[in-house]
Amino acid sequence: MQLTVEFGGGLELLCDSVKIHNVNVETPKGVQQLIMKDLLVWVQKNLIKERPEMFIKGDTVRPGVLVLVNDCDWELSGQLDTTLEEKDVVVFISTLHGG
Amino acid sequence: MAESHAKVQKAGGGRFCCICNEKRAALKRPKTLEQICRECFYTVFEEEIHQVIMENQLFKPGERIAIGASGGKDSTVLACVLSELNRRHNYGLDLFLLSVDEGITGYRDDSLETVKRNEIQYGLPLKIVSYKDLYGWTMDEIVKIIGLKNNCTFCGVFRRQALDRGAALLKVDKLATGHNADDIAETVLLNILRGDIARLSRCTAITTGEDGPIPRCKPFKYTYEKEIVMYAYFKRLDYFSTECIYSPNAYRGFAREFIKDLERIRPRAILDIIKSGESFRIATSTKMPEQGTCERCGYISSQKWCKACVLLEGLNRGLPKLGIGRTRVSGKDQKKDIKQSSGMKSIASKQCGSLDF
Repeated sequence: MQLTVEFGGGLELLCDSVKIHNVNVETPKGVQQLIMKDLLVWVQKNLIKERPEMFIKGDTVRPGVLVLVNDCDWELSGQLDTTLEEKDVVVFISTLHGG
Repeated sequence: MAESHAKVQKAGGGRFCCICNEKRAALKRPKTLEQICRECFYTVFEEEIHQVIMENQLFKPGERIAIGASGGKDSTVLACVLSELNRRHNYGLDLFLLSVDEGITGYRDDSLETVKRNEIQYGLPLKIVSYKDLYGWTMDEIVKIIGLKNNCTFCGVFRRQALDRGAALLKVDKLATGHNADDIAETVLLNILRGDIARLSRCTAITTGEDGPIPRCKPFKYTYEKEIVMYAYFKRLDYFSTECIYSPNAYRGFAREFIKDLERIRPRAILDIIKSGESFRIATSTKMPEQGTCERCGYISSQKWCKACVLLEGLNRGLPKLGIGRTRVSGKDQKKDIKQSSGMKSIASKQCGSLDF
């Protein structure tokens, strides 16, 4: 599945300072639809190069990291259960850096 | 939480804005849990700040106001919103951007570039004051001498004065800073954790220093960080987001994380902590520091010399530990010494002072 994953608010520093990643994510075997929970595992494994604790806490993003799927707050779409489709744009923004 | 919903809706799927009922909701407001669209969000975000400004009489017509600008998200959004509200509601304010150049290569030089772009984007005149000009030292030079242990103490003390001096140079009536609701809740907790009663009693005030030369105000006192970042993102505002290279920020970072954990469970917690902070009444038996002026530079100080002068004296005499921890300033009176050093100890234990209250 083709997705665009974007990092902002300083999170890009965890992935070689690259903000926009056009990626191809395989749907896990035996699963019909890719959900955000799967994508987080994938992102942590494939895109995050350092200090993963700045991005993940437990099985979800660290509190203070905003997530938008197609420019919509993931709190409106079911957070970890948000289903993903071809060409979706997922944005992660840290709110924790400087003022 | 989500498991009770039989069918999880796709992002942007079925939910309409609960204000206009026309457009798809784009975010959930932490303050009210309302689901609202982008346009309604801009409106309520800006108008709530307008209400805070009016209800608290933060500005008077004709005033010159400096916006403390770091290039980060809060001050960038503050510059954007204040210049818009000033136009829309005819505040009649002369707005300026005021930045401090601490002299931190690879951090402040980059963020100042952002502020310089903001100067053009919002048409606000910019004044930059530097530690090098004011104190003769850059933070890079200070860190070379003192290492990474107490550097945030120097930086925080110096920044506070630098902003006041910059504000005096601009001849402004007031300084507006981008401290948001999350910052203030965090500071209430920190002051409790440190037993800093003097700061606890004033850290929730929306305007401070009205008896001093340059009062400061916080128009974002009730504004959630999440909404500030969402606003900046949706409006594609140009801001700088890198942590200071010298800031370990351990204690404050811990409080911040705690606040964010609370927010996830119950977003109202942030406003409730502020409310608790506002409602504290300090016992009259609590000894509060007396405010005077520094004998050396004339800046407000509760001691003979202000903290900046003590720190600077140490640097210039090659005794950079002066004013940090248990170092003594003058040896005359033993009792006074103890008081002085314990006063200094409390500032030494503070991590990054970028949130001056």
